[in-house]
Amino acid sequence: MRKTNFTKQFNIRQQWRPDQLRLEDGSRVAVMGGGPAGSFFGYFLLEQAERVSLKLQLDIYEPRDYSLAGPPGCNMCAGIVSESLIQMLALDGINLPPRVVQRGMDSYMLHNNAGQVRLETPYLEKRIGAVFRGTGPRGIANSERISFDGFLLERAVAKGANLIRKRVDGVERVDGRIQLKTRGDQPQVYDFLAVATGVNTSALRIFSSLNISYQPPRLALTFVRDYLFGREQVEATFGHTIHFFMLDVEGLDFAAVVPKGDYVTICVLGKVVTQERFEILLDKPAVRSCMPPGWDPKEYVCHCAPRINFTGAVHPYAEQMVFLGDCGVARLYKDGIGAAYRAAKAASTAVIYSGIGEADLERYYGRASRRMENDNVIGKIIFALIDLFVKPWRITASATLRMVESEQKKPAGQRWMSEIIWDVFTGSAPYREVLWRMFNPAFWSRMLWYVGISLVRRS
Amino acid sequence: MDNNALGRIYDAGEVIFRQGDLGDQMYVIQEGKVEVVLEQDGKEIVIAVRGPGEFFGEMALFEREERMATVRALGQVRILSVDRKNLLRRVHEDPSLAVHIIQTMSQRIRKLSGEVGRLESWLLELGLSPKAGNNKL
Repeated sequence: MRKTNFTKQFNIRQQWRPDQLRLEDGSRVAVMGGGPAGSFFGYFLLEQAERVSLKLQLDIYEPRDYSLAGPPGCNMCAGIVSESLIQMLALDGINLPPRVVQRGMDSYMLHNNAGQVRLETPYLEKRIGAVFRGTGPRGIANSERISFDGFLLERAVAKGANLIRKRVDGVERVDGRIQLKTRGDQPQVYDFLAVATGVNTSALRIFSSLNISYQPPRLALTFVRDYLFGREQVEATFGHTIHFFMLDVEGLDFAAVVPKGDYVTICVLGKVVTQERFEILLDKPAVRSCMPPGWDPKEYVCHCAPRINFTGAVHPYAEQMVFLGDCGVARLYKDGIGAAYRAAKAASTAVIYSGIGEADLERYYGRASRRMENDNVIGKIIFALIDLFVKPWRITASATLRMVESEQKKPAGQRWMSEIIWDVFTGSAPYREVLWRMFNPAFWSRMLWYVGISLVRRS
Repeated sequence: MDNNALGRIYDAGEVIFRQGDLGDQMYVIQEGKVEVVLEQDGKEIVIAVRGPGEFFGEMALFEREERMATVRALGQVRILSVDRKNLLRRVHEDPSLAVHIIQTMSQRIRKLSGEVGRLESWLLELGLSPKAGNNKL
């Protein structure tokens, strides 16, 4: 890497300034973390470099072995790959094979205090994927399926990335480059560093000595549990449906029940999630009604309490450095893997076509991060509106269900409530677009109509 | 085929879309093969066969025209559909997403140009000029 002469660089990346930091043939790039954000970044950086005939050396540092069952091989989340991400990956030439997808999903069942309603994909096409981030829950035996994170890491390695199974425990700036230290090895020097360690790690502490403006995101706790029912029981009870719960439990925004192979994963998200509130939710009749008869909430085979972003990181970039995925900016409550994809692509595009100086990263990657963070603010407004007007009131909860039910046979474009709920839970559209639709007079006139029907039926 | 996998499974001979239909989706083959069939004067001409990882129906995303051919499953096939609205929104945010589509379309134009060239030289060898609009053709 060097500061370039503009006149020598009249190629596809022709708008370089003379003082601009950029990657050149032979530049070394490190990625800390081989989860989705790190693997996507490695994959797309190498792909885009190939397009502009740039030869890079890229090392991914990931100590975790995704072929292990239980917590040692797992990155801890509900494991839903959204409809929009599956479609985008297919267009990028990354098709998720059956051995990665535990179960393809064709519908959501929304439960609230007034009942439940089903939302389906067109033609019941399986457009949502349930995956295990590792090989599977603790004790899983002879799984013919593989880890989602492991699959993505394999793709990055196949693209040319070098996988180093070490934990980075030190970072320093040395002569304008970045030096990484691992236990027992010589320090390695890089021209650019992508940090994708997630937030459930102490690795972010090593950056406090670098004097950069980065501040990690504020976090919230979640609870995830896996239950073993066996494939036939899962097929008979859940089919290809993810259950979402918007129930009135203090501090909890929503919960999801996701069937996967022989197992079912239950995940709960909210501002203040505690073990006690989790147990209250699991004991609600709405949750019990969708589980197999005789289900005991305490008989889980694997569980974890990972932290997730509640706000994005402050300044998730610095000179020759970018913070991706959960340790950068993610989407509020939904589509964490999709957010990692978007951030990784924005960062790799900035690095290849803009530069690796702080100002270049700010202009391109910073803008994308801010867009996501601003959208999360709107997401918080939407969840606040749900908390205020839907969850506590049986009339509005009932009207919501009635409206969704009546819309199922209508063409797309006339499914006001269904599309809002679908997009809030799947991440198929930004929150700002969802809010915009919520303020549409046509939506409100129909909503008031169904509130009226619910009032009449109740009386 | 694995019923838990992504996409929709079509049986052998099942039509994914017909020539003349209006479409707002493109399709990516996950498993199996399809044939692209042009229906002309009551006859069917197979103009292409597409396999795993390949896409078809992409023209519907960029122009609001009728489908120019029928696509049928060759054996059992698993296909993922991509909505126009979703794709265009994402291309607006991330133009690099369109590069893979453009690369494939470019390869198809190259292949078609080669076939048109070979056809023209074959017609010339027969003493027929395609550019003159020979009525015997």
